[in-house]
Amino acid sequence: MSAAPEHAPTMAQATLADRIGPYMPVLLVPLLALAGFLAIMNPASWLTLTVSGLAMGMMIFIMASGLTLVFGLMDVINFGHGAFVSVGAFVGITVLMALGQMTAAPSLLLNLGAVLLAVIGAILATGAMGWAFEKVIVAPVYGHHLKQILVTMGGLIVVEQLIIVLWGPEEIYFNRPEALKGAVTFAGAAIEKYRLVAVAVGLAVFAAMRWVLRRTKIGLIVRAGVENGEMVEALGYRLKLVFVGVFIAGSALAGLGGVMWALYQEVITAHMGNHAMILIFIVVIIGGLGSVEGCFIGALLVGLLQNYIAFIEPKAALISNIALMVTILMWRPMGMIPVVKAK
Amino acid sequence: MSDAILTLDNVYTNIAQYHILQGVDLVVPRGAVTMLLGRNGVGKTTTLRSIIGHWRAHQGCILFDGEDITKLPTPAIARLGLGFVPEDMGIFADLTVEENMQLAAVSGPINSARLDWIFTAFPPLKTFWKSDAGTLSGGQKQMLSIARAMVEERKLYLIDEPTKGLAPAIISTMAKALKDLKQQGSSVLLVEQNFAVAKALGDSANVMDDGRMIWSGEMAELGRDAALQERLMGLSMEAH
Repeated sequence: MSAAPEHAPTMAQATLADRIGPYMPVLLVPLLALAGFLAIMNPASWLTLTVSGLAMGMMIFIMASGLTLVFGLMDVINFGHGAFVSVGAFVGITVLMALGQMTAAPSLLLNLGAVLLAVIGAILATGAMGWAFEKVIVAPVYGHHLKQILVTMGGLIVVEQLIIVLWGPEEIYFNRPEALKGAVTFAGAAIEKYRLVAVAVGLAVFAAMRWVLRRTKIGLIVRAGVENGEMVEALGYRLKLVFVGVFIAGSALAGLGGVMWALYQEVITAHMGNHAMILIFIVVIIGGLGSVEGCFIGALLVGLLQNYIAFIEPKAALISNIALMVTILMWRPMGMIPVVKAK
Repeated sequence: MSDAILTLDNVYTNIAQYHILQGVDLVVPRGAVTMLLGRNGVGKTTTLRSIIGHWRAHQGCILFDGEDITKLPTPAIARLGLGFVPEDMGIFADLTVEENMQLAAVSGPINSARLDWIFTAFPPLKTFWKSDAGTLSGGQKQMLSIARAMVEERKLYLIDEPTKGLAPAIISTMAKALKDLKQQGSSVLLVEQNFAVAKALGDSANVMDDGRMIWSGEMAELGRDAALQERLMGLSMEAH
């Protein structure tokens, strides 16, 4: 019998590609911005488009972040998520219109106070609606994807019709509060004030979500539950309660996103949430199911790309996001930062 | 037996159309290590999963510390004082070692004395405390899985094949940690394929076959009787 070969492990340095690999999704945003700059070659236009793209991305992120958690933690495909966007927008804008004196006053504080009240109204309404939606529509179909698609789409249609019954079938136009109208000029570029507000709110929501998920026990439970819900329950945590909490939070975030989106468009329709769902799904899929960070990066990519392409080649803007999704999924089939394994 | 921490009485569990457990009777004494032995596929893991509530016993009764837990949800069973180490370890790969341990400390912050004891038993966990659990080796993941159950004092530990697929040196570490647990007077129900480890740790043994308990007695008695091992499990001590 021959002697066993001597154990001589070797250490090899990882290649540059291996070392950069995990950070590539984060690098994509500045790389896309750089590519946009090279393609546009006009600093002022590029800055305007970049801020516009970031603002759009932030609003999509706010609307999509709840859906990715619901997808990841609960394995629920909620096609009804757009209903919360629409309801949030209608409730928020109704509150805002009722506070006409505050929004028309030339006071930043009063204007922001009105927006804050509108946001609170939207969050409360969509949070409560999320609780009812989970109990009545989603709970009976846990674990059945086809049924989930059917009943949540049905739920979306019912909610849209209820909006039409309550607010009428016409589009509702409105004006932003005085302080959020107009633009500021920076380095020769005109930047809408509201877009700066949207970027700030988006960053605040992202920071708050990261803090909750990374620094609190409930965040630990949610992150662990996305990965292995059965084991979380075996540790003694009532994951079904967490499910309901996440669904309510996700719905409330969609409501907040609805108000933000409405203020961006200055018009609301019963179908606005449904229309936003295409972008929301693209962001959730390319980000990686269950990943808030992936969702954030995906939303920024979608927002920036759509704005750059619309400026460079308007006819290609319609397909730019689908092309982005195809490209990213060819590179990373599970999305940029996947959290959930294929189920 | 009055001093039983866990009793299974005529438990039947089905998984889809398969009848896996077919009338399991089991008594786990308090303060002892009870081995659950048997060939692959005889229902050992299903027994543990039925106890913790991952799969539901559709007939029979499971009593834990005097309380009927047969129909309780898994979180409620766990909070009664059951620590579970599943066969696949159930590690949260995207959480750090520290976060895995914090999550397992259900009743509050981790007790520092207990953490010191865990670090002594499993030194790599201290080294990789801030690392993602997914980056650990197989043996280190198994250490984390057991440490997670040990981070708080439990009334009963359910441990499913802790030495499966591990190198001999890691098996020794694992066996020593489980021996520590035993010396503290903990109650343990341990599924183990490594007969040498089972013999070293077990106070009593229960052998399963075809979804039923076919033998119960002292582990020492089973360890001494090669013919009995051969008859019950198709193995002999010479093979170990």
